[in-house]
This record gives sequence, C-alpha cells and structure tokens, in this order.
Amino acid sequence: MSQGFKEITTNGLWHNNPALVQLLGLCPLLAVTSTVANALGLGLATLLVLVGSNTIVSLIRNHVSDAVRLPVFVMVIASFVTCTEMLMKAYTYELYQILGIFVPLIVTNCAILGRAEGFASKNSVGLAALDGFMMGLGFLLVLVALGALRELLGQGTLLVDMHLLFGPSAMNWLVKPFGENYSFLIFVLPPGAFLVAGVLIALKNMLDNMAKTRADSHKSKPVKGAKRVRTTGHIN
Amino acid sequence: MTFKQITSPHGHNRQSTGRIMQLVLIATLPGLLVLSYQFGWGILINLFLAVLAAISAEALILKIRQRPIGFYLQDYSAVVTGVLLGLSLPPLVPWWLVIVATVFSIVVAKQLYGGLGSNPFNPAMVGYVVVLISFPIEMTTWVTPVSLLPEGVSHPGLFESLTIVFAGFSPMDGVTGATPLDLFKHSNGLLVDQIYQDNTLFSSASFAGVGWEWANVAFLLGGLGLLKARIFTWHGPVAMLVTLATMSMLFWDGGSSNSPGSPLMHLFSGASMFGAFFIVTDPVSSAVSNRGRLLYGALIGLLVYVIRAWGSYPDAVAFAVLLGNFAAPFIDNYTVPRTYGHNQRRKATAKEEDE
Repeated sequence: MSQGFKEITTNGLWHNNPALVQLLGLCPLLAVTSTVANALGLGLATLLVLVGSNTIVSLIRNHVSDAVRLPVFVMVIASFVTCTEMLMKAYTYELYQILGIFVPLIVTNCAILGRAEGFASKNSVGLAALDGFMMGLGFLLVLVALGALRELLGQGTLLVDMHLLFGPSAMNWLVKPFGENYSFLIFVLPPGAFLVAGVLIALKNMLDNMAKTRADSHKSKPVKGAKRVRTTGHIN
Repeated sequence: MTFKQITSPHGHNRQSTGRIMQLVLIATLPGLLVLSYQFGWGILINLFLAVLAAISAEALILKIRQRPIGFYLQDYSAVVTGVLLGLSLPPLVPWWLVIVATVFSIVVAKQLYGGLGSNPFNPAMVGYVVVLISFPIEMTTWVTPVSLLPEGVSHPGLFESLTIVFAGFSPMDGVTGATPLDLFKHSNGLLVDQIYQDNTLFSSASFAGVGWEWANVAFLLGGLGLLKARIFTWHGPVAMLVTLATMSMLFWDGGSSNSPGSPLMHLFSGASMFGAFFIVTDPVSSAVSNRGRLLYGALIGLLVYVIRAWGSYPDAVAFAVLLGNFAAPFIDNYTVPRTYGHNQRRKATAKEEDE
C-alpha cells in the first residue's frame, strides 16, 4: 500500500486529480469559480483542511475502530473547517462573506473524506500529509484554472478582487484584455461552470491520449513470424 | 436460394432527412415573409448570418470529428437550425450575437452530444437561451411593426441595417419598441382595457397585437402545411396550443389589473405558433410515441403560460421547450406503446425475461 513520493505527487496533480478524474467536490468547484480570487480563496481553504485532516486521521488510524471511523473522520474534518473559517474571518473577511455557505460546506466535500478514508487511514503520517497536500494542490489548480477561464470569458477581466486575498497592493493586478464593456453572462452563471469544467476534462483526456499514443509508438513492436528458438530432434 | 436476414425497422419512410428538412425550410417561408414585412431587413440579415454560421460551424466540427462533411451537410439540419434561430432572434441585433447563438447551437448543443439524432435538447433553443440570459439588453429590444412607426420614421434600409448590425450604430428613435407580451409584463396595475386603449400595438390590431398576430398566423399556415405533408403528427402542437389556451382562459379573470392577458393574445403573440409547429415538433428532442407527444406538448404549453404569467421573462417558449426536452425521456419511459400482438403495454424498465 505504500506509494512513493513521486507517485503520490503525480496522482494528486494529474492521474488521480480530485476535480478532473475523481470528479469529487464538484459543488464548490462549480459554485465559487466565477473569479480567480474566489477560486483561490476556496482552493487554499480546502488545501489547508485536506492536509490537516489527512495528518490527524493518519495519526489516529490505529486507535479508531472500524465501526465509528466515519463519524470520527467527519469530526476531524469539521474541526479543521471551523478553524479555517475562523482564520478567514480574521484575515480575509470580505472574501469569507463572498464565499458564504461554501466555506462551511467544505466539510461535505467528498474529496476530503475520500482521501481520509481511502489513503490517510491506511498510511503513515508523512505520506498522508503529502497526499493531502498534493490532492489539495491538484484541486486548487483546477479551481484556479476554471476561475480564470470563467472570469475571462464571463466578465472580460482577470485577477479582479485579488486585494481581498493579498492586500491593497493587489488592486492594480486587474487586467481587462477585452476592453471595458465586455460581458458574456452565461460563463458567470452556473451553466458556464459546467461547460468550462467539461472542456477542461476533455482537454486532460486529450493530453493523456496523446501521451499514450506517443508512448506506444516508442515501444518496439513484436517481430512478426516468430522464429523457432529451440528445436528438438530433426525436422524434415 | 438464400434468404436475406433483414433486421428491424421493416417499415421505411420514403422521405429522407434532407427532404424533410427542405420541407420545413419551405414551411417557414410565409412566416419569414410576414416578419420581414413587419420588422424590416433585420430578420433577413439575422437569417443569413445564422445560416452561414451554422453551416461553417457544422463543417468545422465534422472535420475535427473526422466525419464525412458533405454527407452530413446534405441533411440540411444545420440550415434548419440556422433558419429557426434567425427567425427567433430580434431584428437588428449585433452580428456577433447571432454568431454566438448559432455556434452554441451547433457546437455545444448538437455536435458535442454526437450530432443530429443524439442531441437531448433542441439546438436552436439552446442557442437562443444562451444569448437571452447572456445579453439581456440586446435580446429584449424589438423593432416596432411597420404600421405603428411614428410619422416620418421608417425601418432602416438594407445598407443602414447593415451598418447597425455590423458597425454597432444604434437605430433611430421610434424604430424599437415593446412587444405585446412586454406590455403585459410591465402593465403597472392597469386594467386590460386600459392597456388595450393606451397602446396602439393593441388598439389598432385586428385580434391580438399588431405585427405578431399575422406573423403567428403565417407560422400557423406553414405548420399546417407540414402537418398535411405528414412531417409530424398533430399531437405535440395541438396539445401545446390547447394547454396554453386553457390556462389563459382559466386565469383570464375578465381583464382585471392582474390578468396576464386573453387566450387569443397568448395564442397569437410571441413565439406561440412558431414554437408549436417548428420547435415542439423537433423529432429528435421530443417524446417519441403519440401519447408521449400529447404529454410533452401539454407540459410545454403549461410552462409557457406559467413563465409568461408569473415568471420574469415576457416570452417563454425557449425555456419551456428546454424543460420539456429534459422531461422527454421520462415521458417516454411511461408511455411505451403496446407492441402489436401483445395484450399489455410493456414497461420500459421491465427486463426481457419478465414477459
């Protein structure tokens, strides 16, 4: 069951990405990715919770009986979500208000419980923490990509409201590549989230297929008409 | 002697898809003529842009999907989608809006699902709804019918229309105005009689609302032609129109300030007839059996009235049709026809061994 460092990293970021492959945690993925700032905020919160919960679950994995493991895991996750919520209230209050219900709802993000149950409860602390970090990072990257695309297509801006996360100096990060009056509401609304997420998943599958065909073409092909390597007796 | 084994379906329609689509195109002609007469060049420009964009988008996606381009373009389904969109979009909208709507119809609603026959939603209506919720200002500005234009104002000519559509000049004052359904949506507590007196749109109309009444009659005629040619059965359109009429009769309440309008107004305003005969009858995204189509049409008629009367949009055919499309597989599940030779209807979910 022990996986290496490299395997955990590639699994979290690409091969087993929670958003693009496991399709877990779609609710926040689709609901809050209308801008990069929102996506980054929720992505970081999820990352924090995932690392924390994976670590604790791994620590207590030998002391919790099978029958009560799920309630215990949820308790652990909920505690971390509450901590994160308080942190957000303290440091990024406006962003916390924008994200609203989706911060407490991190508790119900299946990706987190899935990792606790599927990985952290069977592996050592270090590996579990690493897995949590990589899975969280994979989720965060997809959230940010989705947020960037939707923000760009929907309102024609990039990095709007970043000062909510990075302070007033981020006010002038705002880019408007399409001019002042651009707007294409459907990408701001939920259907746009489904569309862009679908396109991202298709893109990942396409890249995987391309990589696979390339790898296949490098493999040496079996020689046709196999030769006899060993003969016994005399054949006429 | 050999016997060829031929699998079902054994009965074939003599009409190919391409032929059916051509007939549909011909049937839109009366509506197109009336709309162009009433609202000017904008309709024809929309139509041209939408058809051009539809064919290009279809060809492009077919090329990417490595399908035979010529073969699929010959079924005229892309042209029909383009024409239906061109007829439903408001005249004199910017050119990019028409292109966006058409590309969404063809690429997202049709080809991403696998092309003609595999799309769960009516492509033209998906494109329409996408631009309706994305660009509300452009999509709710309609042109005033020709007979109601103020003194000295006329619809922009062809060249002027082209500059409005492509260069973004705004049309002259008085060229744009409200539609009958808009007036009822924003009636501000007036009695129906007052609305009818105050607005020339109603007071100088023959029976429903200047401009839209004859456009609806024209679509009705085209639709009846298609019905006669047996392109579709009567079930869907009739169920939709009857439900719409029944609902508007039930809630007409004699013309109080709360009344959402008379049955005649609802049947001959907005996209009622166009929707009933050209959208509800789409064989791909509707229910399959006759009984199913009755339910499907009735559901759409009901939703059209509910959204028109109590929703926030003045017209609702596109939304109602999409919701109906959602329900179509469900309706099919419960309306499987009795197979010939069997006494009871088969349940769609029943397994073969159970019979």
